[in-house]
Amino acid sequence: MIPEIGEFALIIALFVSVVLALIPMYGASTGNEMWMTYAKPLAMGQFFFVVISFICLGYAFSQDDFSVVYVAQHSNSQMPIQFKLSAIWGGHEGSLLLWALILSGWTFAVSRFSKALPLDMLARVLSVMGIVATGFISFLLITSSPFARYLPRFPADGADLNPLLQDFGLIVHPPMLYMGYVGFSVAFAFAIAALLSGRMDAAWARWARPWTNIAWAFLGMGITLGSWWAYYELGWGGWWFWDPVENASLMPWLVGTALVHSLAATEKRGVFKSWTLLLAIFAFSLSLLGTFLVRSGVLTSVHAFASDPERGFFILMLLALTMGGSLTLYALKAPNVKSESSFSWLSREVFLLINNIFLTVMAVTVLLGTLYPLLIDALGLGKISVGPPYFNAVFVPIMCAMAIAMGVSVAVRWRETTVKAVLNKLWLPAVISILCGLIFPLTYGNGFEVRVFLGISVSLWVMSSVFTEFMGKFRNAQTITSRLKQLPLSYYGMMVAHVGVAVTAIGITLVSTYSEERDMRMQKGDSVELAGYQFTFQGTHVVKGANYMADQATIVVTEDGKSIVTLSPEKRRYNVKNAMMTEADIDPSLFRDLYVALGEPLEKGAWAVRIHYKPYVRWLWLGGILMAFGGLLTVADKRYRQRSVKLEATHA
Amino acid sequence: MLKIKIIFGLLILLSSFMLLAAIDVYQFDDPEKEKRFQQLTFELRCPKCQNQNIADSKAEISQDLRTKIFQMLNAGKNDNEIVDYMVERYGDFVLYEPRVTPQTYLLWFGPAVFLLLGMLVVTLIIRSRNKAYKEANDHEPSLSDSEAKALDALLKTKQGKK
Amino acid sequence: MPRLLLFIPLLLFFVLAAFLWKGLSIDPRELPSALINKPFPEFSLPALQQPERILTKKDFIGQPVLVNVWATWCPSCRQEHEQLLVIAQAEEIPIIGLNYKDERDLALQWLQQLGNPYQFNIYDEEGMLGLDLGVYGAPETYLLDAQGIIRHRHVGVLIAQDWQELKLIIKGWGSVEN
Repeated sequence: MIPEIGEFALIIALFVSVVLALIPMYGASTGNEMWMTYAKPLAMGQFFFVVISFICLGYAFSQDDFSVVYVAQHSNSQMPIQFKLSAIWGGHEGSLLLWALILSGWTFAVSRFSKALPLDMLARVLSVMGIVATGFISFLLITSSPFARYLPRFPADGADLNPLLQDFGLIVHPPMLYMGYVGFSVAFAFAIAALLSGRMDAAWARWARPWTNIAWAFLGMGITLGSWWAYYELGWGGWWFWDPVENASLMPWLVGTALVHSLAATEKRGVFKSWTLLLAIFAFSLSLLGTFLVRSGVLTSVHAFASDPERGFFILMLLALTMGGSLTLYALKAPNVKSESSFSWLSREVFLLINNIFLTVMAVTVLLGTLYPLLIDALGLGKISVGPPYFNAVFVPIMCAMAIAMGVSVAVRWRETTVKAVLNKLWLPAVISILCGLIFPLTYGNGFEVRVFLGISVSLWVMSSVFTEFMGKFRNAQTITSRLKQLPLSYYGMMVAHVGVAVTAIGITLVSTYSEERDMRMQKGDSVELAGYQFTFQGTHVVKGANYMADQATIVVTEDGKSIVTLSPEKRRYNVKNAMMTEADIDPSLFRDLYVALGEPLEKGAWAVRIHYKPYVRWLWLGGILMAFGGLLTVADKRYRQRSVKLEATHA
Repeated sequence: MLKIKIIFGLLILLSSFMLLAAIDVYQFDDPEKEKRFQQLTFELRCPKCQNQNIADSKAEISQDLRTKIFQMLNAGKNDNEIVDYMVERYGDFVLYEPRVTPQTYLLWFGPAVFLLLGMLVVTLIIRSRNKAYKEANDHEPSLSDSEAKALDALLKTKQGKK
Repeated sequence: MPRLLLFIPLLLFFVLAAFLWKGLSIDPRELPSALINKPFPEFSLPALQQPERILTKKDFIGQPVLVNVWATWCPSCRQEHEQLLVIAQAEEIPIIGLNYKDERDLALQWLQQLGNPYQFNIYDEEGMLGLDLGVYGAPETYLLDAQGIIRHRHVGVLIAQDWQELKLIIKGWGSVEN
């Protein structure tokens, strides 16, 4: 009964979203105020029904209702309750429902937190989001309903969730990621509304900024979580593989970063209006493209959902309509006015443009590499693979160049700056960074390494220029605390986010250069040395989990005889499918991770053991957290909390 | 249709179990060889899996390939010989770093070209925009020389204070 | 003029969409053999049923043959066995078996229980011939011409339709009874 209610609620939600897509939009173009006011209640209604639908699916999971095909495929009665619930998004159909839930949630949020928005703008924005929702909910109902049932005979128990997914990571990673993907639809909706209304001045940028920054922060957080999850879960110590699905999340993030910066320029200076509109369209389009790549079977990936060309076709249609429609609208109506303000060659505007170029090229590069095998195959030229060696080779130089520009940009003013002023501010950071870059590999490693020099100096460059700029703010201050309070939160947000980039870069540089790894055969009493630590294998014993049995090894780690930690990696056998899984154990620390995983049992009680030494790997994710936090800080800025901002509607 | 979906789902489920770390125990007589082994198995793709290198794949074919590489390393073959051996049998598909051929020029040189193009476009835009701005504002009554100088000085001090 | 430039993103999108559409009809997991139009690799391995007898390429060169890679641990091989028996019955082209990474006893038992469509079987216990062939998963079926050149590879269960396709290829070379 409940699953049917869920399906029915979804059908009603579809109707509501169709009405939301049409009525307020029509009202906006004809000036019919009443029809425009329907947008808000419709948004609420859409959200309400999707929530009901989602709750029904959750209920089916919590009650072990295996007559529902989706529940039977992804759950099992022995699974702990938190995984039963997060299994809702463990497969294609349910994750789509999560998409729809988050989309209707954002739509509802926009309808509630937009008091400053003129009615026709709000109506258009909500209508566009309604159009997207119509697409997704119809996709759900027509090809991928999570409520399909096995009737009259259904399995006694479920097929169990893939053990790799029975983890905390599943609880947080997809929802965060989707908050980001879907959040970009808000910027998209604002851009379309601006194009439709013809009001493409700086106001739309100001309204769109907080939504975009929040979405960007969530997406970044989602990617960070995914990397961290893969690291501790998969057992091989890797944290990024340039897999098509990973790339599908990185591309919108890169373009989103460009968008975040471009919106700032458009709001503050009224420049790049056209380009910002295009970026807003691209960011969401890449989210949709990502959805397509992951679910259509067009690319091979370990993360892909069960692929189905029929579904792929539907998503491609969705993609074509959204992107085709929005790009056509853009081509016809984007503003062409160039002479509103000028800026010199050495100005923040130019550096923002440079930032945008770098980020866009990075996104295009990732897209090119991801789709190239498909390109070659479609042209009948054979099958090739494009993997980490390519992406690392091409991506890293661009990243370095961008980081250098990032450092300079902080010291450059809007409109015009003299070279002298920039040099004055930046000579010291430059010297410090290069020196540190030279010293670090010599003292930390075994000698000079170009990679480390570049990575460290470029990261320190970013950090020290931000810091120098920050210190410069106190020159004319009355007191330090008054100055600290005066600086807007958005400034702090910018600083934190930029420092986050540097922290991640340091993490990447050091972990890729200085990691060590060994695969050993170990039996009780054996000891092996890695990176100055001694790992002693003390045998295994059996442990029992909620739905698995495991062999748990005890490995004692010492350094110079001093005991550091005892690690207990497991080799688990999950009861339901007899699936084997290795659960690594990690001793985390800010400056290094010690990582141990069990392989196959060998003869006479010996085991294959993999040991990793991973220096500075946590900095990777720490940087990601900082970036997301910085993004959220900018939104907490006072000016977004003011209710009456109608005065600044046309800001040049 | 439903049956196909279920089978599909199970297949994906089963093959995804191949995700478990593959840990063999080869005894290398020198650390140089061990490093080369790690590098080679990182760069070569498992012909059968869903996008994994042969270092991490648990598939049978990956194990065989790892064993073969181990044997070849001990037999004194260099990296190129080992890679060629794999490509002869499995095609370019197993190379995660695509070869630089006319077919992959776009792939390898594209990013640099895009970057240069981007910079070029930006330069042209700034230039044309400054020109347009100047032309648009040329029709305004111009300041006298002394007024212009005073304005300049004023602007500079204002900016210095920011 | 500048207005036209704004249509570039739309144009690029259409190109992308065209490729994605084409991509929907391609299977990215399908891997064509790297040995097409190249000679079958040299080998020297024992026969399955007569361990003392060492087989080499010379044992089947001189006429078109099918080489079928199979194993008892492979469930799909079981599925295609019927079809192989049908092909063997038709006596149009001999099938040589390549028993891949299997156990001799199990393989012999299987042939006894299910029927033997093979002229003879090469026993590739270590899988080294399979590696030289570029085998990545059983079952696989190779079509060789009279000179021992690999002309076609089929991966996966061989069904009636696939056999029709193979026959067409062979006909294209002239008479089947070469």
